[in-house]
Amino acid sequence: MSSHATTPAPGTPIITVDAVTKRFGDVAAVDTVSMTINEGEFFALLGPSGCGKTTLLRMLAGFETPTEGRILIDGKDMAGVAPNRRPVNMVFQSYAVFPHMTVADNIGYGLKIDGLPKAERDRRVEEALALVKLEGFGGRKPDQMSGGQRQRVALARALAKRPRVLLLDEPLSALDAKLREAMRFELASLQHQVGITFVMVTHDQDEALAMATRCAVMERGRLVQLATPSDLYEFPNSRFVADFIGSVNMIEGTLKTDRQDEAVIATAELGDVFIDHAVLGNEGGTLWLALRPEKIELRARTGAVPPKMEDSPEGLNVVAGVIDHIAYLGSESVFEVILLNGRKLRVIRPNLTRWDQEDFVEEQPVWLSWHACAPAVLSG
Amino acid sequence: MSNANPPGPLDYLRRWPLQLWLIIVGLFLYVPLFTLIAFSFNDSKRNIVWRGFTTDWYVKALTDASLLEAFGNSLTIALLSTIVSVVLGALAAVALWRFDFKGKALFEGAMAMPIVIPEICMGVAMLVFFARVMPWPQDMIWPLNLGPIVIAHISFSFPFVAVVVRARLASFDRAQEEAARDLGASDWQAFRDVLIPHLKPSLIAGALLAFTLSLDDFVITFFTAGPDTITFPVKVYSMVRFSVTPEVNAASTLLIVLTVLLTVVALRFQKPQEIAH
Repeated sequence: MSSHATTPAPGTPIITVDAVTKRFGDVAAVDTVSMTINEGEFFALLGPSGCGKTTLLRMLAGFETPTEGRILIDGKDMAGVAPNRRPVNMVFQSYAVFPHMTVADNIGYGLKIDGLPKAERDRRVEEALALVKLEGFGGRKPDQMSGGQRQRVALARALAKRPRVLLLDEPLSALDAKLREAMRFELASLQHQVGITFVMVTHDQDEALAMATRCAVMERGRLVQLATPSDLYEFPNSRFVADFIGSVNMIEGTLKTDRQDEAVIATAELGDVFIDHAVLGNEGGTLWLALRPEKIELRARTGAVPPKMEDSPEGLNVVAGVIDHIAYLGSESVFEVILLNGRKLRVIRPNLTRWDQEDFVEEQPVWLSWHACAPAVLSG
Repeated sequence: MSNANPPGPLDYLRRWPLQLWLIIVGLFLYVPLFTLIAFSFNDSKRNIVWRGFTTDWYVKALTDASLLEAFGNSLTIALLSTIVSVVLGALAAVALWRFDFKGKALFEGAMAMPIVIPEICMGVAMLVFFARVMPWPQDMIWPLNLGPIVIAHISFSFPFVAVVVRARLASFDRAQEEAARDLGASDWQAFRDVLIPHLKPSLIAGALLAFTLSLDDFVITFFTAGPDTITFPVKVYSMVRFSVTPEVNAASTLLIVLTVLLTVVALRFQKPQEIAH
């Protein structure tokens, strides 16, 4: 349990969600969620489908009204404010580009509604087209464009209104894998360029980690953890977050000793595990260790004497196993190792040279070891 | 193409049963129409024997005051009932699509009634209605004297429009409406700028349907028309009762040409990509 559970970000708040609950019938889609989003952030709402993240986004846009609680945008209470009167704009999951209008008309639609003169409108449309690298596409109809281009149109259309906050609903989910990867960087740099606060909903943890400055992880309507991507990954506050973000080996154990700079957790599968910080739990209580696959080191096992980890006592933080399966993924190899007690552990090893994938073979006996600071200790 | 491959859709046309079928369909569908048109140029009082080519019957039909009046009445009725039916039908469809309300199923069922009720029953019902419940004042000036017929036509046309529009609504992405709202549009602006353009093909199709339904309706019109108002189908019926002269053929041909032209114009309004959608 680290002090990193919730990281406050510096800056001026632009969105305040204050104990918001949204019920559909008896079901609470969003359950007493509170959070603050700051100006200029790229904020991600992350969670499995049905966790309430989209409902929360739609409440920010004004398409749903909270059953309880308040939403403040730019310091103003949004209760009773219609979607067309909010200083936010949204990029829809289906893009919702108007098929009967040209690209330029799509982008200029919001400006036309606002009553901007034609010359000013045209200038802003050109500007928005340039922003999403669609110069010269103004006269096209949406059905003459690819999915990726249509998304850019939706993006330009929302940005042309110069909103205080841009809301993105699963912006990359409809794109193919290669394009998705490219768009991640592009969205992040676009956000940097325009300096508008982005709030994105996604179920894809990679996407959230790659783009967001902070993420809110939600589960069944509740906010579980709000932190920077690296804190979410390295310092999860619950088994749910550890499991949802990246892949993890979860091991149950009981707290044996808990002192200033060391703790020992007894596990059935890994023996005693040494931790180089205090856990601040009840001795004898049940805890979980979240051990990321890339934080486990593989060594060939020839003798019976386990190698000594330099930051742990003799014989701790090292176990014997046999490689069951190897998946070679190019940049790295994923190993499934069966421990002597039958438990499977996942290990990821980067292929640092072009020969690394030949270091180990299936059925090979190995030692698995990890540093005293590698496992995240979780109480729930 | 080898024999191992299953025949493609058009390959079937090379087989005699289907060719025969095509010929029979063509025969019963188009030969009567072409006969009607051909005999409108027949230089004879009778319709049975061909005597030679003439356009006299067209001149006669076009100078027949009562026929022209009936034609004008029919067009006026069709135009008025189409406009009202399209608005009413589209709004009913949108209401049923968008809202959940008490008695929605009942409303839907009631709206489908005019489609399933036998026309003759509708006709009698309208007759009783305009005779007893809401008597339409006699001797009204044109086109107010057409009121009962227009009302009757609207009541059986608008459900057809609603059905067509409803089918089109199923393919509407509601996110588009939300996107318009999000960009600053009011409910009405979103409706006008996003939903109506999406519905356009179905509105045109519905209007075409309502127009033709009204133009050629005989039964209901026959029961609701006052003693002095006459429409084209009713006029043709009364002309045929005396004798089937080529004048009737000529008038009918004009009507066919008119409806075909209208259809072509309506289809022109729909751009190709909108049909494909």
